[in-house]
Amino acid sequence: MTTITKQINSLTSTLLEAYKDLKQVLPATSLRNEGTALLEENGLPVNRVEEYKFTPITKKIESNISHFQHAAPSVKVDQKTITENLIPDMDVHLVVINNGKLEKTLSTFDSSVLSITSFTDLPEEKIDQRIGKIAIAKKDPYVALNQVAFQDGVWLEIGAKTVLDKPVFILQFVQASPEAEAVHCRTYIQVGNTAKATFIEKVVSLDDQPYFLNGVTEINVGENSQVEFYRIQDEGKAALEVNNTEVNVPRDASFSSAVISFQAQMIRNNLSINLLDSNSVGNMYGLYLLNGHTHVDNHTNVDHTKPHSESNELYKGILADHSRGVFNGKIFVRQDAQKTNAFQQNNNILLSEDAVINTKPQLEIWADDVKCSHGCTTGQLDEEALFYLRSRGISKESSRGMLLYAFAGEVLEKINNENFRNYCIRLVQQRLGSH
Amino acid sequence: MLKIKNLHASIEGTPILQGINLEVKAGEIHAIMGPNGSGKSTLASVLAGREEYEVTEGEVWFKGKDLLELSPEDRAREGVFLAFQYPIEIPGVSSTNFLRTAVNQVREYRGQEPLDAVKFLSLMKEKMKLVEIDQKLLSRSLNEGFSGGEKKRNEIFQMAILEPTLSILDETDSGLDIDALKVVSNGVNQLKTKDNATIIVTHYQRLLDYIIPDYVHVLYQGRIVKSGTKELALELEEKGYDWIKEEVAGLTV
Repeated sequence: MTTITKQINSLTSTLLEAYKDLKQVLPATSLRNEGTALLEENGLPVNRVEEYKFTPITKKIESNISHFQHAAPSVKVDQKTITENLIPDMDVHLVVINNGKLEKTLSTFDSSVLSITSFTDLPEEKIDQRIGKIAIAKKDPYVALNQVAFQDGVWLEIGAKTVLDKPVFILQFVQASPEAEAVHCRTYIQVGNTAKATFIEKVVSLDDQPYFLNGVTEINVGENSQVEFYRIQDEGKAALEVNNTEVNVPRDASFSSAVISFQAQMIRNNLSINLLDSNSVGNMYGLYLLNGHTHVDNHTNVDHTKPHSESNELYKGILADHSRGVFNGKIFVRQDAQKTNAFQQNNNILLSEDAVINTKPQLEIWADDVKCSHGCTTGQLDEEALFYLRSRGISKESSRGMLLYAFAGEVLEKINNENFRNYCIRLVQQRLGSH
Repeated sequence: MLKIKNLHASIEGTPILQGINLEVKAGEIHAIMGPNGSGKSTLASVLAGREEYEVTEGEVWFKGKDLLELSPEDRAREGVFLAFQYPIEIPGVSSTNFLRTAVNQVREYRGQEPLDAVKFLSLMKEKMKLVEIDQKLLSRSLNEGFSGGEKKRNEIFQMAILEPTLSILDETDSGLDIDALKVVSNGVNQLKTKDNATIIVTHYQRLLDYIIPDYVHVLYQGRIVKSGTKELALELEEKGYDWIKEEVAGLTV
């Protein structure tokens, strides 16, 4: 007889203990029970776990964060801070989130096309029926943790046949307080049939103190609708974040994501797109420009389930100093999903000997009539090209910037919204010192 | 304008240039010929500032300045232009943006006002005629998908835009068909003034039918072993390089 004793790491025990007595405004009992059970069984991922092999986020949280006992309180966010973080010259529906809680009075949007509701204001059965049904807790322990600990969330809804004339800008302010350094936020986006909407999310660290942001975003795209979701990650140097975004894309609908990452201590992005029916499209784009000790991990997953669906993926990274990037791209093509087109590409430039990239495509194809391709490259800045530009009188710094921008720009070209694309181009050019 | 004194250069420890002496004055065209591997392209690269080459001895003075002390970009800003033997493709860098950045950084160095978009465009239009380059090519990324001839034409186009005082054409004629060769030569000839100078590095005499040099030098084993006028080029074309090699061997025995 052997006795199997499951050992979960100490952080998991600490968290489960802390959250057991957390005062919950939202009961969401079944979600919390499910999350607790999953964590008790598997724990938060440690290095042995294949999916988190290169990203020791659990260890980082353990060594940086110690106060979980309380729910993160709302912090001071004034109009000036909001204005500073808006995208210049861009008209938006503004949604302000303060440590995971909707700031309705600071949000400005047209309620005739967009409805925004706190989870705490939703009928309980809606929580039970809808939350946690797209982002499945079983798939990732941090989703399970979020289910145990989330205090509130934001429900964004766009009705059928609605075409949003301007993007929804989700401005998410995060700040640790002495008793609460973790924020477990949730967003649910419901888009009706034959609708069109663009979302932009930006996390703003209000100071340089470490925090742990554990977000879950569920997006339910309507049939024949087009949804774009862009994210800018430029946080405090001590920030820790796990981000789970999962999207259901039905017949004739398309979903495009772009994640632009600049700074944090460590970020893990899990993006999953479920292409549920024919003629559905999922696009995943990413650009990470990292320096210092920033570590950004993009795990993506696209699941082709029915014939005639398409996915396109392009992630590019430029890594300087001691920064580290991880890319893992899973493509599943199920047996039914004949005539699938799936393309994946990951390219990296390492600017320093201390920068590291781990990249891994993972294709699992059961259908036999498909077009799939993947490729990854890692290299350095092309010295020949650099000399060519300099030999024409262009300074070393500008030449470098031009070449890096030429590399990075390909991702930005995938952003459909022109104003936002131009904003990203300016941000990236500033970073790269090109003009 | 250019004074090269006893120039030695090596790459990864292997000496290539072993004592070059050359003086180029304003208004002159010098052709540098020689067999493959004699150091012709190395000389061009060292003058332009390619960093893989290490100058181990000697001096290069350009308009009274120590050229070897200058970065590649400052050499260009001082008026040195290298037309590359193998112009490279740079996807994602637009030809127009690249050229405008180059022109304006050169102008800034020289204390001139930058050209605005309109002025730059009219400059481009004017120079495009000179090398018969198609505007469509310039709307692409730099050299991307250009044919060999188009790339060489683009080099001369850039030269026309930047108006250097010393142009070094590194095997610009290699691989060109006769029509492209005529276009390129015509461009170089039109850009010629009494104030600028040209060094033509070539393996073949053919180019020198179109661009008439004042001097022809033969480079062999990293040294200039013979200098003459354009007749020397014709002699090389007829007799090949073996007699030069024999002469050098005879001298060293």
